[in-house]
Amino acid sequence: MSAPSSHAGGPLDPGGRAGLLGPRGPRRAGEPSALRSTLVALVSTVVFFGIVGWIVVSSPGWPAVQVSFLSGKVFASSFPSIVRAFSVNVQLFLIAEVLILALGLAVAVLRSLPGPVLFPVRLLATAYVDVFRALPGVLVIYILGFGIPGLGLAGVPIEPFFYAVVALTLVYSAYVSEVYRAGIESVHPSQEAAARSLGLTRVQALRYVILPQAVRRVIPPLLNDFIGLQKDTVLVSYIGVVEIFRQSYIQQAGNFNFTPYLVTALVFVVVTLPLARLTDWLIARDKRRQAAGGVR
Amino acid sequence: MRTSLRPAALALAALLVAACGAGASPTPASTVAPTAAPTVAPTAAPTAAPTPAPTATPDACAKENLTLVTPGKITIGTDNPAYSPYFLPRDGGNTPPWDTEYSGDPTTGTGFESAVAYAVADKLGFTKDEIAWVAVKFDNSYAPGPKSFDFYLAQVSYKPERAATADLSDGYYWLNQSLVAVGGTPIAAARTIADLKGYQFGAQAGTTSYDAIVNVIKPDKEPRVYDSNDAAIQALNNKQIDGLVVDLPTAFYVTAAQMDNGVIVGQFAPTGAEQEHFSLVLAKGSPLTACVNKALAAMTADGTLARITQEWMADKANAPLIQP
Repeated sequence: MSAPSSHAGGPLDPGGRAGLLGPRGPRRAGEPSALRSTLVALVSTVVFFGIVGWIVVSSPGWPAVQVSFLSGKVFASSFPSIVRAFSVNVQLFLIAEVLILALGLAVAVLRSLPGPVLFPVRLLATAYVDVFRALPGVLVIYILGFGIPGLGLAGVPIEPFFYAVVALTLVYSAYVSEVYRAGIESVHPSQEAAARSLGLTRVQALRYVILPQAVRRVIPPLLNDFIGLQKDTVLVSYIGVVEIFRQSYIQQAGNFNFTPYLVTALVFVVVTLPLARLTDWLIARDKRRQAAGGVR
Repeated sequence: MRTSLRPAALALAALLVAACGAGASPTPASTVAPTAAPTVAPTAAPTAAPTPAPTATPDACAKENLTLVTPGKITIGTDNPAYSPYFLPRDGGNTPPWDTEYSGDPTTGTGFESAVAYAVADKLGFTKDEIAWVAVKFDNSYAPGPKSFDFYLAQVSYKPERAATADLSDGYYWLNQSLVAVGGTPIAAARTIADLKGYQFGAQAGTTSYDAIVNVIKPDKEPRVYDSNDAAIQALNNKQIDGLVVDLPTAFYVTAAQMDNGVIVGQFAPTGAEQEHFSLVLAKGSPLTACVNKALAAMTADGTLARITQEWMADKANAPLIQP
């Protein structure tokens, strides 16, 4: 209905104007009222999902799919054990995330260090990032989780949980260091020059001038990686840890019923949605702040 | 602006509730009628031969009256890799897609389940040339949708919950779960379930072996679960688990062929009133289920099943009992 404008709304805006996801402009003549927009949105939503639902429900395999994927009985019986198993994922991503934020920052700083003497440091940091971004996470988990305990060295842990943390940290730190590096490079060189002219050393300039600005800018993409990490915690099921995905598989195979996967999907959606909203909100706030400070 | 999300959320919630609510009801209104009639006798006693259908109607199990995936042929599904002693490799190389180095070959008729499959097909009236094999992942054997096989066998244990989604035939092998460990480790000397409480156990995911850890051993530590027995054996060799639970025939294969120093600590007595048994898997409501049950009953009656069991499993059923 509304004419395309520079701040047209996102997918969650029934009026077609920016709302939830951005600043909403004043209502102009000829634009529909809020009530009408809501009604139209309601009708079109019901019609759209109604048609999709009808196609699914009237399909020939629906009765079988309904029994296999939407069993209320299996849902109820598998729910407690699946939610309990999720605590393993929560521990895993909380521990790993702290390590990732530290290691990622360290690698990013190492890659940003200037000077020919430090070339080997930069080379190593770059090689690390290249290799671990290239490797599928599940391979790293498998190789570390079975390979290192297989060496039989005294004093080396054999706990799969330990290797799960190490593997996820190695893989995600490579991504996160690139995010940090992008943030560091987005800070204008004049900032460092100004800091140095005030008598700060190179390290002090990095610590007190560059990094605070860089990190603030990359918080939304970091949260994005955190969401990715949450979901990738299920990969550790491959080395024997009974976490949410493995528990749902156990329930699935025990019942010949796929409803436990639905339970797991719901748990992830419930946990991830607030983070996704928070990320969007941070991006929007950041935009507002930049707009307030600058001239457009 | 919060109101803007409401219509979509309401519609979605209504749909979800409708879908799940309907899912809970036991008999969905459907065009697939046969789901209502259970074709598997839950008690599955090996000797109980089902009485044939009334003689007036034509024989539904006559070869020409069977509804098959490929007309004129019976298509049998099993997992890939197919493991010994249920499927033995073919001398001179397996039939694709079964890998020569890591799998048995179901098309040979050698190995317990391969022999059972050929015997069932024979009782249904099919010659060796009229049997086709297809590799099917375990999960796909009971996933909804059209099946690529007429019946499926891959050490699938009967469980009443499972019979809600797929037809499970009468039993063709009765078995116990057992415990495998590395020789010389403390757990290898265990004789009672009480001795086992403090150890770390592992099993393949989705198996009744895992159920045995949880329901029979009830260890202090959370069991570890692997995608395959191969991965679990690696964990056992790494000392990441102290004991691996597998079905007894598999334990013989694991200790003989897959481990350097593996021992069978013992087997566990059945927990319930009946012993665990393997069933053939068929599509839910398949008309073929009654026919394979008839074939299995005939195999029991004329001694074919006993002969096959003797031939392939005789030396794989004895191990000390781990006392409760």
